[in-house]
Amino acid sequence: MAQTLIQKIISKVTGIKDPEEGSIVFVEPHRILTHDNSAAIIGKFKSMGATKVWDPEKIFIALDHAVPPPDEKKAANHTKIRKFVNEQGIKYFYDCGVGICHQVLAQEGHVIPGVVIFGSDSHTTTHGALGAAGIPIGRTEAASIWAIGQTWLRIPESIKISLSGKMPANVFAKDVILTIIGQMRSDGASYKAVEFHGAATKDFSISERLTMCNMVAEMDGKAGMFQADEVTERYLKGRALDLYQKVLPDKDATYIKSEEFHLDEMVPVVAKPHNVDNVSPIAELPDTEVDVGLLGTCTNGRLDDLAAAARILKGKKIKRGVRLLVYPASQAVLLEGMKEGIIQTLVEAGGELAVPACGPCLGAYGGTLAPGETAISSANRNFKGRMGCKEDTRIFLGSPATVAASVLEGRITEPPKEVFK
Amino acid sequence: MKFTGRMWIFPDKNINTDQIFPGKYTYDPLTPEQMAEHALEDYLPSFAKEVQKGDILITGQNFGSGSSREQAVTCLKAAGVAAIVGVSFARIFYRNAINNAFPLIPCPEAAQYIFEHADVLKDEKITVNLIDGTIAIKDKTFNFPPLTGEALNIFKAGGLLEYTKKKLAQKK
Repeated sequence: MAQTLIQKIISKVTGIKDPEEGSIVFVEPHRILTHDNSAAIIGKFKSMGATKVWDPEKIFIALDHAVPPPDEKKAANHTKIRKFVNEQGIKYFYDCGVGICHQVLAQEGHVIPGVVIFGSDSHTTTHGALGAAGIPIGRTEAASIWAIGQTWLRIPESIKISLSGKMPANVFAKDVILTIIGQMRSDGASYKAVEFHGAATKDFSISERLTMCNMVAEMDGKAGMFQADEVTERYLKGRALDLYQKVLPDKDATYIKSEEFHLDEMVPVVAKPHNVDNVSPIAELPDTEVDVGLLGTCTNGRLDDLAAAARILKGKKIKRGVRLLVYPASQAVLLEGMKEGIIQTLVEAGGELAVPACGPCLGAYGGTLAPGETAISSANRNFKGRMGCKEDTRIFLGSPATVAASVLEGRITEPPKEVFK
Repeated sequence: MKFTGRMWIFPDKNINTDQIFPGKYTYDPLTPEQMAEHALEDYLPSFAKEVQKGDILITGQNFGSGSSREQAVTCLKAAGVAAIVGVSFARIFYRNAINNAFPLIPCPEAAQYIFEHADVLKDEKITVNLIDGTIAIKDKTFNFPPLTGEALNIFKAGGLLEYTKKKLAQKK
């Protein structure tokens, strides 16, 4: 039987020759990712009667969700995690400031094609960018995997999304995936794996693929994946921590649904409040003033994202009364951005530079909204109250270039085409 | 495993985990009872005060979408909610529910029927029977496919914590 990418991956990691869609299999992950929630997971792990983790070299922990900790409770979570890491000899621990878990996992070479990554974070789908199956789970399940090294999966049906053509100058990967979500809807990929296909995929950098797969979580996909290709190989050269073999879907695999998207026809878009599938071309929006822009997150906090914003803001000042929060996705991104003068440009334009971390994306600290405020954000969710306050707040999601153009004008604005020609 | 309870009828699509359990509390170390005080806080602020033990939620499409935060399940369970009957549930929320032995019942027919007749049904009690896979309200009965396989094993063990505990004990 011809197999989809997720079937191929599961076949490879379990040894089951013909893994049937709908059947239940047990999978040991290549890595299990957790973050600040590790503190709660440690409690569950101990309640299970577990004393030793199953494999201290497969557990990945990065602190990012409350960094630096804004209060003593969150600081104490970190202390608890550090102690556990030392006791258990966990090899891959990235302390505060190294970066956002998903960025660090990919950037430090933990993700290779053909493996299963479990993560106690809904955006674990991100890792499909490298041809792996990144599958989100909850806290109890992460504790159970720490203890026994495996969990069960139902082999999902897959959806094929074919991309053709080229993106116009002021359209970015974020616009592409928002356009797709707008059509597929918030539950369009529930319990399904999504595969990106088509001639245009070769033009997507790993950073852009990370953005796309990250957002597959917003249509409830179980995984979102690009096939490993030369772009993947170039990214992994000198970076991958393990040897790998590319795993590809069979050409004649069957998909439960196939959709085609033509990039040439796409325009800059935003997701309007309060749901990610509420997508509109910027050109069709009524005049929308903004109070704050968020540039960063696991969706769009990489070097190319900051660079796109810097191209718009170079030599300019953001509108008086508007703020721009800049959260590079990792220390490596921050250092590179400093070297290239991108950070200088963003700060000179009026950006508030923060420690590489999640920041106000999840509303716990670091730039929460005030009642009545409107944000334009490069993050992945615009749910009511997401940025820490639900009283008449609105969050619009767009590309980093849209964030930059909007804070410059003080209203939601299309990125100028001429800047990107 | 049979529950009879009052109904809360929430037909809205995409009620997400931020509305069920706001992000600002997710990294505070809270007990389930403390989490219950915030249940559905950003959707219906009065819910946590008014919910009673044994109540059953009737929810719309893609309930529990968004974050993987397990507190979205824990807070509802600790608030006394016995079960949720919904049009559909988001994947991680559904999985978290199984792992916490909290009954989520995808049954679009029952949910839609209740939404359409909410005026007359809103004060009725609903009965959910997990053994024979039926939902009864007034003179109507609906069927749903019961849990099977590994999900059922975890549910029967009382959740994944107990399930793993047993597995580890067997190893020793």
